[in-house]
Parts: sequence; C-alpha cells; structure tokens
Amino acid sequence: MLRTLLSGDLPRSRVLAAALIAILVALAFAPFLFPGTRSLNVAAKVLVFILLVASYDLLLGYTGIVSFAHTMFFGIGGYGIGIAASKLGPTWGSLVLGSGVALAVSAVLALGIGLLSLRVRAIFFAMITLAVASFFQILASQLSGFTGGEDGLNYKLPDLLLPGTRFLEAPLFGVEVNGRLLTYYLVFAVTAALFLLLLRVVNSPFGRVLQAIRENEFRAEAIGYRTAGYRTAANCIAAVVATAAGVLYALWLRYTGPDTTLSFAIMIDILLMVVIGGMGTMYGAALGATIFVVAQNYLQDLMKLASGAAAGVPLLPNLLHPDRWLLWLGVLFVLCVYYFPYGIVGRLRLGSGAPAR
Amino acid sequence: MTAPAASAPAAAAAPAAPALAGRRIDWIPLALVVALAAAALPLTGSGPTWLTLTVAGLAMGMMIFIMASGLTLVFGLMDVMNFAHGAFITVGAYAAASILIALKGSMQEASVAANLAAMVPAALAAIALAGALGWFFERVVIRPVYGDHLKQILVTMGGLIVCEQLIHVVWGPDIIPLPRPASFTGAITLGDAAIERYRLLAVAVGLAVFAGMWLVLNRTRLGLLIRAGVENTEMVESLGYRIRRLFVGVFVAGSGLAGLGGVMWAMYQESVNAQMGMQVMVVIFIVIIIGGLGSVGGCFVGALLVGLLANYTGYVAPKLALGSNILLMVLVLLWRPRGLYPVGKG
Repeated sequence: MLRTLLSGDLPRSRVLAAALIAILVALAFAPFLFPGTRSLNVAAKVLVFILLVASYDLLLGYTGIVSFAHTMFFGIGGYGIGIAASKLGPTWGSLVLGSGVALAVSAVLALGIGLLSLRVRAIFFAMITLAVASFFQILASQLSGFTGGEDGLNYKLPDLLLPGTRFLEAPLFGVEVNGRLLTYYLVFAVTAALFLLLLRVVNSPFGRVLQAIRENEFRAEAIGYRTAGYRTAANCIAAVVATAAGVLYALWLRYTGPDTTLSFAIMIDILLMVVIGGMGTMYGAALGATIFVVAQNYLQDLMKLASGAAAGVPLLPNLLHPDRWLLWLGVLFVLCVYYFPYGIVGRLRLGSGAPAR
Repeated sequence: MTAPAASAPAAAAAPAAPALAGRRIDWIPLALVVALAAAALPLTGSGPTWLTLTVAGLAMGMMIFIMASGLTLVFGLMDVMNFAHGAFITVGAYAAASILIALKGSMQEASVAANLAAMVPAALAAIALAGALGWFFERVVIRPVYGDHLKQILVTMGGLIVCEQLIHVVWGPDIIPLPRPASFTGAITLGDAAIERYRLLAVAVGLAVFAGMWLVLNRTRLGLLIRAGVENTEMVESLGYRIRRLFVGVFVAGSGLAGLGGVMWAMYQESVNAQMGMQVMVVIFIVIIIGGLGSVGGCFVGALLVGLLANYTGYVAPKLALGSNILLMVLVLLWRPRGLYPVGKG
C-alpha cells in the first residue's frame, strides 16, 4: 500500500524516513501542534514551497536543465487567482476560472519557451529563461491597472475560506475551526496529492527517460528517444505544478504581489532548497524546503543573538547580522554542489549503504 | 621538414577555403545597426530628437559592451558560463565609489583635469579589484567544475549570492549616491539637439575598449592564440601552448573590464547598490545571445542594437520599450539560431 503510494521510491534510509515522517506529522497537525498565526503561516509556506521545489527538482535534478523562469510560473498562478478574485468578485466560479486560465497560460508559455530553446544547449535555456522571467516581472509591475503594480493585489475569497466563518461553536483542542483552518487543509491536501503525483512521474518510464537524458543526452538520443520532446514535456509538467503552487499560495495569503511570487530572490531560494535538500530526489525537495523556510523564519532570531554577542569585534557583527542569513546559506549551497552533489538526502542514503538517488 | 612541405599546398587548399570565407567580414549585422538608426529617423519625427536618442543609445550600448565582452570571450575560449559576472560589475562599482567619495573635492571642481585625476584612479581601482576577484573566482570556484555546465551555473550562482551578501557586509546595505563629476554633468547643444556630456564620454571609452580589444585580438600573437583557442582548444594545446594560462589571463581581463563597465554604469545611474550587477546581467545575457556566444564582434553589434532599440522604443512607444530586448532576441534567433556571428564550437 505504502509502496504503491510512494511509487516504489522508498526513503531507503532510516534517518531520512524518520525525518520525513516527522515533517509529515508536523505539517498534518500544524494548527494543533504549533498554535499561533506566525507558525501556521510558516507551515503553509513550507507546504507551498515543498510543491514548488519538487516541481523544480523535476527539471533540475531529474532532467538536468536549469531554468530561471520557475518563479514566473509560480507568479502566473498567483496572479491568476489575484486578478480573477479582485476583478470578478470572490466567488468559486472566478477562482476556478482564474486558476484554469493560469494553468493554461503556463502550459502554453512553457511549451513555447521549450520549443524555442530546449533544442539547443542547457546554458542557452538558462539564459533565455532568465531574460523571459525578468521581462515578465517588469510586465507585472508595469500593467498596474491589472496587476496592482508594485503594491500587488489584496482580495477577498469566498466566505467558506475566510477566518470569520466558524464551523464549530467551540474551539477544537483549543483551536478555532474556521475558514482559515479549512484553507490550510486544502493547501495540505493539494500539496500532498501533487507531490505523490510527481513521485509517480519521476518513477514512471517517462521519468527514467528524463534521468537518462540527464546522465547522457547523446546516448539517450542514440537509443532513439526524442530528447527535445521529453525535455519540453518535463518543462511543461514542472510549469503547471509550479502554477498550482502559486494558486495555493495566493489562496493562503489572500494577496499577490511581485515580492511574494515573481522576485528573483524567490528563484534563488528555490535553487538553494533543491541543492541543499538533494537534487534528483523528490524527498530532498521536501527536506530542503522545510529546513530553508524554517531557517528563514527562525535563523534570524538566532543570528540576532550571535551578532549581539560578537559586538565590538570588527566586521564579525556584520557577518552575523540577521539580514545576512543568506550569506551562510549561500556558502552552504556552494559547498553542497562540490562535496554533497546529492544534498542531505544523498548523504543520508549513502550513509546507510543505499544509492544516492 | 621538407617532405611534409611538399604535400602542404594540396592539403592546405581544402581547409583554406572555409578559413578565408571566415575572414571576410559579414556586413549584414552591421548594416542592421545602421538600418535601425535610419528607420528610427522618420519615426522620432525630428532630427535633433533623433540625434539625442542615437547618442544615448550608442552610449548605453558601449557600456553594455564593456561589461559583456569579457563574459562572451570567456565562454568562447573555455566554455564556461559565469553567472557571477554581475558580481564583478558590482564590486568594481563599489570600489570606484569608495575612491570617488574620498576624492570628492576634485570631483566637484569644474575642470576636466581635476575630474580625471579622481576618475582614472577610481577606474583603475575598479579594474584591479574586479580582476583580483576574478582571479580568485577562477582558481577557487570555477576550476573544479570545468566541462560541467549544470554545476557551473549552480556554483557561479552561489558565488553571486555570497558576493552580493559580502558587499553588504563590507559596504553596508544602503544605496550609495554617486554624483557625476562636475565637468561631465549637463549637456552640450549641437544645433537643436542636446547631448549629455557623460554619454559622449561613455561612447569614447567604449570605442577605445573595442579598438583595444580588436587590436589585441587581431594584431598580436596573444590575440592569435586566443582566437585559435576559441576555434579549437585541443589543437592549440597539442601545439604546445598552455591554454590554461591564457584562459586565466582572459578571465582576469574580462573581470577587470566588467569592473570598468560597472563604474561607468554606476555613474550613468548616479548610484551604486548591491543588486545592480544582477540587474544588468539580464541585458548582458540578451546581448551575448544575440551576438553569438563567444563572439566579441557579435557582442559589440548586439550591444549597439540593444542600446539603440531601447532608446528609440522608449521614446516612440514607451509601452513597448520593456519588451523590445526580448523581441529583438527572438527575431535574431529566428533569423540566425546561433546568434549574429556564430563561433566555432557549437
């Protein structure tokens, strides 16, 4: 049963299995285990980023192509919901329309970019996606009548998803059972389903071909696979899932803006999460996203303490300043690429004698 | 040595033909620049406006060329795509800003000599610091990942993040204002056209850099080796030249040029911030893709096209201006899929 659910791709390491179960339990019962707005926000962000990073891993880790347009697709999802909800009103119909249009736009765009540039070399694709994504970012900030520009869009959702809607008179285990809780579990369910779907994709014959392309494109082509077609398909799947993640994030935040969806900083975050967690392992995405988002929210508190302790020493307080947390994760990232190419998951698996991916 | 020489003419005849064809200058992309400028003349409506825009476009193109040329040459020679090139640009700008702020007095005097006395050391410092950073980068970060594009992108991206953060640590997180020197502010009027002085300086520096690069690449032994390396690395190596040393030299020079371009760009924007390198990188990538990866001449033509088009569309159809670069790239790639001037290795 479990094997079927995970598509035969088991963690293959006790420590990894324990960590994954811990993450799953923590996320499934987050509203009850960690009450409070901030921790629930962190949990929801972890969920969305697990999905986003897993879809990026399909490209980077499994197919071996670097795209810098992943936040663009994430943003299309967010703006799909945002524009539909703010222009057409907070109805279920507009949400379905908004996400449907967003998914279609993403798929077509991914197909177009793929056909234009995936036939050439990986490096070309990286540069072209960077250019297209930055163009899209400018577009979103320029069409301010439509997208709200730099300020972004605030909008209402159907009543069922709002905090004001209570389903139970009395709190359950000290937690209000309201629309917010429902939204959280909606995000949880969709993330879990799509994550398992991605696991299915990478362990299917299609996924094997992608890995063959990653390992040796020339050989894969010589065996008779149309590598450009497979790459484009992977690009489209990743784009559609990223758009779904964008939709979920918009539903959770009830806000869509360039900083939460399109910014290049998020692209870098995704890259760090994939590599630190483990490229070419779906579980790495889950682990990387969790560690990174938690670090993003709580590491800064820790660094504030360290920075205070180092006061008086030249430069050191600056190095430990809470805003410099990305510096340390960047160093970790570079070290990972050199010494742990399969990230934390690969390390754990190798430690227990299993292959890294 | 005599025996092979006897059969040499027959053997040389076949490869000589394509080589000669390669030497012939491909005029079409150059004509494209002129055609673009000519086509913009009726659209802008008036001669003086056109002249102002053209000079602005040329200045922008020259600055982009200075920043991009090192990157494209490094790619052509060693097949390394350095995403951290933007960090060299930023570091150069910051280094120069430190010096220019220290020499504020001579910057504010209205004499060209006094201004240059501050700007030349600042530019030299930018080149030196960016070059040193490039040298360090090549040795420590890039050397282990030759031949692996995926890791190159990842590692240089990581290097970019770390560099940006370290800039924050050293220079602080705030934007540093960087006023232009007194004698290069304002504009001169040529008939009815107002031309900013600083833009003329940018065009002059850009032309000087291009001329210098052209001379080195085409008239010196070093340039011959570099061009040969771009065409066929193994062959140069097997003839006994240490291509690695050559490459380190080109990498350091390219990084230095990025630093110089960073100073020019910072003065053009009149401010310095840690993200500026990454922001220009997008345009730089577009330029080197348009030009053909690895081609210096293509990079020059591409930079001019991008600079001119950005300024013309910014005036004629501001809504289109943002998309003009992407549109240009798509059109060029549809016409010549490997860029304006495709280079040896494919």
